[in-house]
Amino acid sequence: MFVELNNLLNTAPDRAEQGKLTLLCDAKTDGSFLVHHFLSFYLKGVSLTMARERGQLVFLEGLKSAVDVVFQAQKEPHPLQFLREANAGNLKPLFEFVREALKPVDSGEARWTYPVLLVDDLSVLLSLGMGAVAVLDFIHYCRATVCWELKGNMVVLVHDSGDAEDEENDILLNGLSHQSHLILRAEGLATGFCRDVHGQLRILWRRPSQPAVHRDQSFTYQYKIQDKSVSFFAKGMSPAVL
Amino acid sequence: MAAVATCGSVAASTGSAVATASKSNVTSFQRRGPRASVTNDSGPRLVSIAGTRPSVRNGQLLVSTGLPALDQLLGGGLAVGTVLLIEEDKYNIYSPLLFKYFLAEGIVNGHTLLVASAKEDPANILQELPAPLLDDKCKKEFDEDVYNHKTPESNIKMKIAWRYQLLPKMEIGPVSSSRFGHYYDASKRMPQELIEASNWHGFFLPEKISSTLKVEPCSLTPGYTKLLQFIQNIIYEEGFDGSNPQKKQRNILRIGIQNLGSPLWGDDICCAENGGNSHSLTKFLYVLRGLLRTSLSACIITMPTHLIQNKAIIARVTTLSDVVVGLESFIGSERETNPLYKDYHGLIHIRQIPRLNNLICDESDVKDLAFKLKRKLFTIEVREFLCFSLQS
Repeated sequence: MFVELNNLLNTAPDRAEQGKLTLLCDAKTDGSFLVHHFLSFYLKGVSLTMARERGQLVFLEGLKSAVDVVFQAQKEPHPLQFLREANAGNLKPLFEFVREALKPVDSGEARWTYPVLLVDDLSVLLSLGMGAVAVLDFIHYCRATVCWELKGNMVVLVHDSGDAEDEENDILLNGLSHQSHLILRAEGLATGFCRDVHGQLRILWRRPSQPAVHRDQSFTYQYKIQDKSVSFFAKGMSPAVL
Repeated sequence: MAAVATCGSVAASTGSAVATASKSNVTSFQRRGPRASVTNDSGPRLVSIAGTRPSVRNGQLLVSTGLPALDQLLGGGLAVGTVLLIEEDKYNIYSPLLFKYFLAEGIVNGHTLLVASAKEDPANILQELPAPLLDDKCKKEFDEDVYNHKTPESNIKMKIAWRYQLLPKMEIGPVSSSRFGHYYDASKRMPQELIEASNWHGFFLPEKISSTLKVEPCSLTPGYTKLLQFIQNIIYEEGFDGSNPQKKQRNILRIGIQNLGSPLWGDDICCAENGGNSHSLTKFLYVLRGLLRTSLSACIITMPTHLIQNKAIIARVTTLSDVVVGLESFIGSERETNPLYKDYHGLIHIRQIPRLNNLICDESDVKDLAFKLKRKLFTIEVREFLCFSLQS
C-alpha cells in the first residue's frame, strides 16, 4: 500500500467506501504497481500466506489453472473451462467460482467485513478467445453480486492498447469506464523513457457520492517507482528537476 | 508454485475477504528472501545448478542468453520460467543467430535442450551451432578483433556528448573466471562430441503432425497443440516440474521455438488480417508460460512479427511474453548506405523487461543500441556515431 497514493485518493483501509468499482488502466507502461497497492490496501496488516491459510484470501492463478485445464480432463466444471472449447463461450464457470469463493461463511470466528474482488488482468481474457461482450457480462454479474448484493468492492485492471487498434479491448475499456466509480490510469510519458519520472497517473472520480459535486473530478500526477514504494508529485515537480 | 506478492507485516486484520483472479506474471514467483516460506527443499539448492546464478535485484534464478551483452541489458540474464521473444529482422538473418547462441549456451552448460521448428530439422539446427570460445584462446582472438575496430576518433575525448562518457562500457571481452555466459565463434561449428554428449529433444512439425498422437481437445491449431503436448510431456517425464516421483531433476530445460506464428505452423496470422485462428497464437503463449512458470525451464521464441497483419495481435503477444527484444536490420533499407550506420548491421530494441516479484525492473538507460556481426562475434553497442557528427 502506498501511503502517498492513499492521500491522493483521500482514503484509508479503515474508512474505505463500499460497493465501488475501481478501474485500473495502463497505457504504454506497466500498471502492476497499482494492483499491488490495492492488494496490500485491502489486506492491510495481514500477510498473504496467513490470509490464504485462513481462507480470507482466495487466489485463482490463471497460468497454473490453465495448465491444469488444458492437459488434464476435468470432472467438475473448472473456472477456466473455456480454454478447452473451440468457440468462444461465456465466463459463467468463472463467475460461479467467484460467487462461491465470496459467499459469506458463517463460522465461529469473527466474520469478514466486506468482500473485495481483484482481477489482474481482464485484457488477457480477450487474448484467450473471449469476446469483449462476454467479459463485460462477467463483470456485470460480478458487480451485481459483489458490489450490490454483498456491499463489497471490485478492482479490475485492463490494458489500453493505444494505437494498436485492438477493437475488442477498446470496447471493454470504454464499457468499464462508464461503469466505474474511480479510474486510475497509468500512462508512460509521451516523450519516452525517463529515469526520474516513470510515468503519469490520472485519477478520475465518477459518480461522486456527495451530490454537491456535480462534475467528475480529475487529477494528474507524475510518479516514480522505487524499490518498495511509489512517490507522486505534481507535473514537472520531480525532485530530480527541482 | 505458491504465489506471493509483497505485503505488509503481521498485525490485527481488518477482516475483509479478497478473491483474486490473477493472470499477470508478477504473482507466479515466490520471493526469495527471509520472508519467503521455504516449503520446498529445493530453495537453497537451486543456486548450484550449472549455468545459473541468482539475480542481484530480486533473487530470481537467471540463465545466460548466450550473449553476455544481452544478459547485461536484461539485468543479468533471462529468469528461469520466463519467455524471451525475439522479433525477427526482416530477412531472418540475425534472429537465428540469437536462437543458436541460446542453444549453444545450453550445451556448454549441460542443460537439456528442446528445439522446435516447422522449417528445419532440429538435428540440423544443432549441427550449425557456433563453437564456444575457451578462455585461453579467446583472449588472443579478442585482441585481434578489437585492434581492427579501433579508429583514431575513439581516442578523442567526446566533449559535447558528455552523456555517453559517463555510461559504463558494454562488456565486449571475455570474463575469464565466470562460468555464466560464454562467447562463441560464429565462424566455427560446435564440436560434434559436445553435441552428442548433450541431452536434447527435437520437435520437427512435419514429422509430428502426421502421427496419431492422441490430442486433448483444445481450440489451438493442431501444430501448436502437438507442440504443447510435447513440451508438457518432456517436462513431466524428465522431472523438470518436480511432480514425477521417480525423477529428481536439478537441471534446466532450454526450449527454443523457431518462427512461431509463421504459416508453416499452420497459423494464418501472417497471411490474413482477421483469420479464423486469431486466438491460437495468444492462447499457445499463455499455456506455454503456464508450463514454464511451473518448471525449471526457460524459453526463446523467434517470431516474424513484421509479417503479422493485425497490430492488435502483436500488442497482445508482447503483453503475453516476458522479455521482448526486437531486431531491425539495415539490409535493404536506406540506412544500409548511410555513412552514419556503416559500422553496424542493425538496431536492437529492448521492448519489454518483466517486473518479477518487484515493483521495478532493471531497464537500461540507454535506448540507442546497435548490433553488428563481426567476423566471429555478434556484439551490441551503444550508437556512438552521433557524437562524432556533433563535433565537426
